[in-house]
Formats: sequence, C-alpha cells, structure tokens
Amino acid sequence: MAEVRDDVRYLATHEWVKLEADGSVVVGISDHAQDALGDVVFVELPEIGTSFVQGSEMAVVESVKAASDIYAPVSGVVVACNSALEDAPETVNDSPYDAGWFVRLTPDDPSSIESLLSPDAYQALCDDETR
Amino acid sequence: MLDERGGIIDDLMVYRGPDGYRLVVNCGTREKDLVWLQTAAAGFDVLVEEAPHLAILAVQGPKAMDLLGTALTPHQAHALAELKPFECAFSGQDMIARTGYTGELGAELILAADAACALWDRLRALGVKPAGLGARDTLRLEAGLNLYGSDMDEQVTPSACNLSWTVVHNGRDFIGEKALLAEKEAGGDRRLIGVVMTDRGVLRAGYPIVSGGREVGVITSGAFSPSLQRGIGFARIEGANELKAPLLAVIRGREMPVLGVTLPFVRRGKACFKPLV
Repeated sequence: MAEVRDDVRYLATHEWVKLEADGSVVVGISDHAQDALGDVVFVELPEIGTSFVQGSEMAVVESVKAASDIYAPVSGVVVACNSALEDAPETVNDSPYDAGWFVRLTPDDPSSIESLLSPDAYQALCDDETR
Repeated sequence: MLDERGGIIDDLMVYRGPDGYRLVVNCGTREKDLVWLQTAAAGFDVLVEEAPHLAILAVQGPKAMDLLGTALTPHQAHALAELKPFECAFSGQDMIARTGYTGELGAELILAADAACALWDRLRALGVKPAGLGARDTLRLEAGLNLYGSDMDEQVTPSACNLSWTVVHNGRDFIGEKALLAEKEAGGDRRLIGVVMTDRGVLRAGYPIVSGGREVGVITSGAFSPSLQRGIGFARIEGANELKAPLLAVIRGREMPVLGVTLPFVRRGKACFKPLV
C-alpha cells in the first residue's frame, strides 16, 4: 500500500508539496508515483532563479519505462534543487518524501497551497486509480 | 522475408525438420505473412499450414541448459545436450532448438499445448521465473537483435537494418534478390548502428541523432540497459561511411553526447561493444 504523508498537500498529477516554516515550499513525487514509474534513472531539474506559473512543466523524472513531467504546484521562483538526484536518481524510489525531494520554491502566494488536494482527497484519487 | 523491393515483410526463424520447414513468425504480422506465403506458394508443390495446437516456450539464461536438463524427459534432455548453437531436433511434432531472442544460453521448445503447460509448471517448480516484455526488450536490445515494427519494416532493406549477414546470394533468385543486388551496385550507406549514452538518460525511438550540426539519423529502439547501467539504442544513420564523432542525441530539446558503437552491446552479461568512430 503506497504511503500518503499527512503533512503535505498533493496534485492530481502525483506531486507532493510541503509548506516550510520559512514560507518556502518543497516539491517531490508521491510514493504512489515512484512505484508506478519504476526505477528512476534520470532527473532533470530547473535552474535556480527560474520562475514557474502554477501547472507549468518544471522538472522531468525519467524511469526505465517512461519520462514524466513534474508540474509546478504553485507559482513561484526556484531557490534550490536537490542536486544529489543527479548522481543518485534512485533516491526518488527509496525516499520519495524525504531525501528524494526535487525543488524548493519561494511561492508568489503561500496560501495557494491550500487549494491543493488534502491527503485524504489524494488517497481517494489513488484508490480510484488502482481500482 | 522480403518483398520484391527488398523491403522486410517480417523477420522469422525457419527450422528444417524431417517433414518440411517449421516457421516461427511474429504474432503481429501473422495474417500478412500467411497471405504472402500462400500467394508465393501457388504453383509450387508445397503446403503451407498453421499449427495452432502447438506452443513455444523460450527458456534462456546462464542456468537454462542445466534446468532444462532436469525438467525435460530423458529423451528430450539427451536431444538437447547433443545440440550445438542454432541447431534443432525434431521428435514427431516436438522440436527443441538452441535458438532465442535474448543473446543468452538456452533453448526454444515447440510442443503440443498441454505438454508445454506441463513443462512450464515443472520449470516454475525448479525456480525458473516468467519474464515479461520489458525484460525481453532489454535483453534483445543488449544482444543487438532487431524488433520488427521498430527497427525494420517494409520500408527498409536488410542492409539498412544490420542484417546483411543474413542474406546469402547463392543462385536461388529469392523474392527481393534483384532489388538487393541493385542496391549493392548503387552503393548507399544507410545503416543501423548501436548508440550508447555517456551521460545519464534514456534513448527512445524517434530521438534525432545529430553530427556536425545536421541531423544524420534517428533512434529506432532504445532502453536503459540493466547490464551496462546506461541508455542504449539502435539508430538508423544516413551516410554511415562518413560518420564523424562527436554524435549527439536530441532528448527533449537537449543535445546529449552519445557514442556510435558496434553491436551487440553485451554478450553473456559482459560489455563487448566498440566505438565506430
């Protein structure tokens, strides 16, 4: 059973977003997503300083099976990327919510995270997909 | 199997038995192949028939021969032990051959349906694992073996598919021979080569190959090689004789360095490719 963390919000495209104490948001992909993708072999991260509009393509995660786009969950500016994924992309599979984070953003509007899927809503979505 | 233009209708295995020839064709091209064979057979004293009551099992890998030795009947095991690579043995309708689509040790067995199921069960009980299409695709790619529909189709000739070695001109006047001889005469160097990524990433069908600022080819098949732990693929290249390093693959708009290499990539689990340029 894929883990759904309860201290983050989600997109229907299986990204998770965490609002940090300093107002930044961290983005990664869920346990459900890494399991569906299979072995991750390559991660393409954006340049620090790039702005993204909510819903636009921000990063790419490539597994043995396919390449998938990662979408910006909120509008904002990239302040950090998890460069450890360049040499160890399998970290996304091993630790999707912790060591496998992708991007940290300064959001234009921190409250916009609240309109994203709650853990329960995301769980329901995953259950529907599995059915 | 070629058409009159030398285009590839299908790639298949032909086994010679005591009563005739047994052809193993691609499932996807079954109907097309049957129509072609039956049409070509008209006017010859030959019967073309399907054998839907038979099933084929491929058992491949470093332990395949040992485990088959245990799972087969003594008669079958003895027949298998006598076979050299690419040889086959028939016993009534049953056939064992040291062939396969993986580049590994092993055999393919054609048996009546229920005998095939019984053999499957015995092999599973011995720990042999079923392999799916994903595993098959990385194995065949590592072994330098083409996939019909991806690396070859009716629009290409054997010389453009790394298959010239399968064509023998020995006076048979086979369908397509004239076209192939004309092609040889005309020269032309459209070839299928191996490509290996030097950075992280995966090569996929359709990615362009660029050299000296122009597009020189395209990836026809690609995957992440489990044995080499890097992206590999086949690329159809125009002007292969003038190919110069460095080569680049265009992946989602980015040009990534790749090496043009000989095939196969891997033999019995070990890298064996060499750079082409």
